Amino acid sequence: MDRLQFTLTVTFHYLFPILTMGLALFLAWMKTVSYLGNEGRRLRPFRKTPAERDAYDGAAHFWAKVFGVNFAVGVVTGVPLEFQFGTNWASFSNYSGGVIGQTLALEGVFAFFAESVFLGLFLAGRGRVGPRLHWISALMVFVGSWVSGFFIIATNAWMQHPVAYALEGGRAQLDSLWGLLTNPWLPWQYFHNMSGAAVTGAFVLAALGAFYTLSERHVEFARICLRVGVVGALIFTTLQIFPTGDEHARRVARYQPSSFAAAEGLFQTSKGAPLVIIGNPDTERRRLESTLEMPHFLSFLTSRRWNDTIRGLDSIPTNRWPDSVPLVYYAYHIMVGLGTILFVVALLGALLLRRGRLFRSRPMLWALMLACPFTYIANIAGWTVAETARQPWVVFNLMRTHAGASPARAVPAGTGIFTLLGFTGLYLLVGLLYVLLILRLVARGPD
Amino acid sequence: MATAWFIFLALMIAVYAVLDGFDLGVGALHRILARTDAERDEAAATIGPIWDGNEVWLIAGGGVLFLAFPKAYAAAFSGLYFGLIIVLWLLVGRGLGLELRRQIDNPLWRIACDTVFWLSSAALALTFGVALGNVVRGVPLGPDGYFHLPLFAILNWYALLIGIFGLVVLSAHGARFLAWRASGGLADRAGRWARRLWWGELVLTVGLVWPTHTVRAEMFTSFQDHPWRLIFPALTLVALGAAYLSDRAGAWVGAFGASSVFIAGLLATAAAGLYPSVLPAREDHPFGLTVHNAASSDHALRVALFWWPVGIALAIVYFTLAYRLFLRPTRDDEPRTVSGV
Repeated sequence: MDRLQFTLTVTFHYLFPILTMGLALFLAWMKTVSYLGNEGRRLRPFRKTPAERDAYDGAAHFWAKVFGVNFAVGVVTGVPLEFQFGTNWASFSNYSGGVIGQTLALEGVFAFFAESVFLGLFLAGRGRVGPRLHWISALMVFVGSWVSGFFIIATNAWMQHPVAYALEGGRAQLDSLWGLLTNPWLPWQYFHNMSGAAVTGAFVLAALGAFYTLSERHVEFARICLRVGVVGALIFTTLQIFPTGDEHARRVARYQPSSFAAAEGLFQTSKGAPLVIIGNPDTERRRLESTLEMPHFLSFLTSRRWNDTIRGLDSIPTNRWPDSVPLVYYAYHIMVGLGTILFVVALLGALLLRRGRLFRSRPMLWALMLACPFTYIANIAGWTVAETARQPWVVFNLMRTHAGASPARAVPAGTGIFTLLGFTGLYLLVGLLYVLLILRLVARGPD
Repeated sequence: MATAWFIFLALMIAVYAVLDGFDLGVGALHRILARTDAERDEAAATIGPIWDGNEVWLIAGGGVLFLAFPKAYAAAFSGLYFGLIIVLWLLVGRGLGLELRRQIDNPLWRIACDTVFWLSSAALALTFGVALGNVVRGVPLGPDGYFHLPLFAILNWYALLIGIFGLVVLSAHGARFLAWRASGGLADRAGRWARRLWWGELVLTVGLVWPTHTVRAEMFTSFQDHPWRLIFPALTLVALGAAYLSDRAGAWVGAFGASSVFIAGLLATAAAGLYPSVLPAREDHPFGLTVHNAASSDHALRVALFWWPVGIALAIVYFTLAYRLFLRPTRDDEPRTVSGV
């Protein structure tokens, strides 16, 4: 029940930071172009006429409104999370607070203050603050949201691959903050996650640009969105696959062989393991069915040697397998499949943009628009892999998930059901309001 | 080391109560003081761009509790489960009410949003008081370090009294802020309410001494044992007196300052009386959590002592910058609504 509730609240919450972090990057970019650009610049993206700079500033102004709505919903759905650690996961908090208390408190003082204050300044608009401070505010909102992401991933990385702690009296206690922040699991998970958020940001930009172009409204604004969005999408879908996706998968293979084997559907330890493109895992008979594979590729991708041995699920006791192997497997393949498709869409879009045909190519514009929701699915699928593959552990190899929940004496089961229903209803309402507000912004368009 | 973190925690809570206190107070009086649509806009605009930043102090305070006293964090939040979840729902409702009121241009929509904002702000002020009341009174901690209080045991007589105190104090705080920042009829009405609520503050401050003594006599012995700690209640009373004088004189900046000191003084008094307890147990339960048995390892606390002040210093710089811009007198031709989105 606690798991269901936390899954619901954290997944719903995360829909918003994806865009907050992704959009913050592009907002900062547009503000930077508009603030630093002039006709004499050597760097091409900054070579802008005053009219173009104004257009970029106008575009940033519109996206700031979207960002504001998104951020507000992100905050109201995010606040419960910090407290749910205590309400629903008291034993886990008690066990690991000595370690992850550091990263969560670091996030509070180094990210949230900057983010909230500078967003306030940014949204108050250029009328009230000077152009330079307005630009700095945009940069600080970007820095704040990405620092916030860093400390959250640092927390998650510790749960995935606990380091820098000692067990004292049945509780994990930090023995090196440096070790916690240089967890080998951390950097690639962070870059992979942030580039995933940037992919969503880029596709949201491109999708709205495509929508306005197709409906022949706000043409000038739409072109800026398309240009920034498509180039951004190409950069970040590429980074998403290589190096971040590749490197992160290799860390998973090294530190969580059970998760890696489940995600790849590898039941038998094998030499020269194949990479599965299509296939249905059959947990009972411990094999994949109706498969399409690329021989030796998995070994090569993991260790750069074609005939290396990869540990399969058979090398791991069943009680340490992920709770649901098919869930991990499918979520992982959905993520990878969508990632590849999004890369192709971005690549085609960028090619057309370079040839100057993007703004007239209706099929491409439609593809960009329709691709946008799938970026969310890919991000959520990625987190589904990360979280379900770690099960049955809440802290990998240290604490089982059921042992982390609040003791039944403190939080009886019925209370969990009640608040779960409450959160479901409340978030349904919040989600509807969010969609309504975004649609209104889109209908009104940039001024 | 744990003592230092106890002081930081008290400091965070005090800053939160002073800062978010005034926007909660403005919210709690919103539909009472602001009669017309324009006045409601004005009241909302006085806290528009900053309430969100103020609320971050609550998150950061929760972070400090988690960092320094994870055991107390786990026990308090799971034991006061319903109280906490209700706070979360109210925070969601209040934030949405305030941020969305201008999003749809329809008078009925605004009334709906304003009502949600008003009632949830008032309920939050009450609930924070109830939470403090439960901490002061103590909770039935078991030997495993956990407890369970059902909703109506959370709302016990003492906690409810402190809850009402919280509502009165924060409303008065908000009224002084409005009297300072708003204009015209709204400011006048806020001033009148501030003067009226002052009597409530006085009656409850004095009247709560005896009930507090009955539920936690240790608070009073701790002041006897360490007389220097009496500086906090003394400061509180001085601030209350100063608030009276400035209320009468209509010196609202001073009144707001005095009521800030009053709130911080009350919390400091509570903290000084409770120390070394972080989460005390009720009389018949000997398993209270103190700075000694609930703290993180010494190493963790010492490491955090390096980065935490840096982060807080940065936060103070940001807030000073934002407040200086925000409190700059607005010219009349400028649009007053700069609310969030």
